[in-house]
Amino acid sequence: MTLDYLPETPSQTAGPYVHIGLIPHQAGFEMFEKPFGNVLAGPDTPGERIRIQGRVLDGLGTPCRDILLETWQANAAGRYNHPADRQDGAQDPGFRGWGRTGTDFATGLYSFETIKPGPVVGRHGHKPMAPHVNIWLVARGINIGLSTRMYFADEAALNEQDPVLRMIDPAIRRETLLARREQRDGTATYVFDIRLQGEGETVFFDV
Amino acid sequence: MTAYEFIQRDRGQHPPALTPDYKTSVLRSPRLALWSLQNSLSEVTGPVFGQDELGPLDNDLILNAAKTGEPIGERTIVHGRVLDENGRPVPGTLVEVWQANAGGRYRHRNDTYLAPIDPNFGGCGRVVTDSEGRYAFRTVKPGAYPFRNHVNSWRPAHIHFSVFGSGFAQRLITQMYFEGDPLIPRDTIINTIPDPAARQRLVAPLDLRAAVPLDSLAYRFDIVLRGTRATVFENKLQG
Repeated sequence: MTLDYLPETPSQTAGPYVHIGLIPHQAGFEMFEKPFGNVLAGPDTPGERIRIQGRVLDGLGTPCRDILLETWQANAAGRYNHPADRQDGAQDPGFRGWGRTGTDFATGLYSFETIKPGPVVGRHGHKPMAPHVNIWLVARGINIGLSTRMYFADEAALNEQDPVLRMIDPAIRRETLLARREQRDGTATYVFDIRLQGEGETVFFDV
Repeated sequence: MTAYEFIQRDRGQHPPALTPDYKTSVLRSPRLALWSLQNSLSEVTGPVFGQDELGPLDNDLILNAAKTGEPIGERTIVHGRVLDENGRPVPGTLVEVWQANAGGRYRHRNDTYLAPIDPNFGGCGRVVTDSEGRYAFRTVKPGAYPFRNHVNSWRPAHIHFSVFGSGFAQRLITQMYFEGDPLIPRDTIINTIPDPAARQRLVAPLDLRAAVPLDSLAYRFDIVLRGTRATVFENKLQG
């Protein structure tokens, strides 16, 4: 007999014009009545308001100005807005937990306006996962989407116990997943630069 | 509900990160190995989108940016199903598409190709799959266009697809090509995929049965996302 699994559809680069499809306002026009964007938290979302900001650097350290990034995170109570999350703790129907943006054509900066997530339960038998934001990015020159995580450098105690961070060896590479806290324009900002290649290359996951 | 997790991705179906013939990949490809991560809640969950977030013309690229008339080009329906590797439909998932116009020009501030913008064509659309994983949209067939890779590099006609699935680990972007296009075997981008059988799955066959007589041709494109395995036994996910 043969196994009748279907093979996954192959990935292809998102290309230089990904903005048209996914963030049309950055391509230069408004398209949909309800576009998706980089503001995750509404006025009533519980949790500490933060901004996530950074750049995506290529193998020469040059900021890439055409990257599309998406984030996926739990709410302040550590719950994902998804039926598979059956943890205790408050769901927040007004907080989808997902955002999308592009690095700026001029500055190369990206940013998200969100709230700091809470810790999330780990796999069975493991410690809870420290607060983190899942990041997926695509662009011209990237053949298959890259997955990484952003952790918060000021959560040292929780990061120390995090089952994903602990696995990364050599330990020095864990630092590539830590965002540092700064005040920028009066907003608590976590600065997270992603290095695609070369010195300090960010840890990317085969999820 | 049993906790589930996604079957390990078969990287052999996909292009590697570094494909030197596609020059832009050289500086943008990680050089270190990916860290393999068993699924946690962070990977098996993902954003949920409702039909009510879409407008009535979001999947009609012939009308969704029309101003003074309809866009120029071959009227074309593209339809198919989103399935997982187990062959199960993926209902209620967001499918987004974007493409060049019939002349091969994108409505994008960075596209300077000399073919003209079509004032009645936006080139993007979106649709949520139905309860059986089906989607459909209507458009005009995109044109081929040159791109700066080699001096005489041309892209075959293609439509970009973005698909979510139910968990963030299923997130996928790909491109659909049209059966019979002589540029396909010469294309740098599709040839980043090493396996010829995998490349062929991106080529949508003409589907005359789904054509609308005297109106539109149709192509069929099914998309397969990663499947799940139930974790009935030990080493299970928690959530």
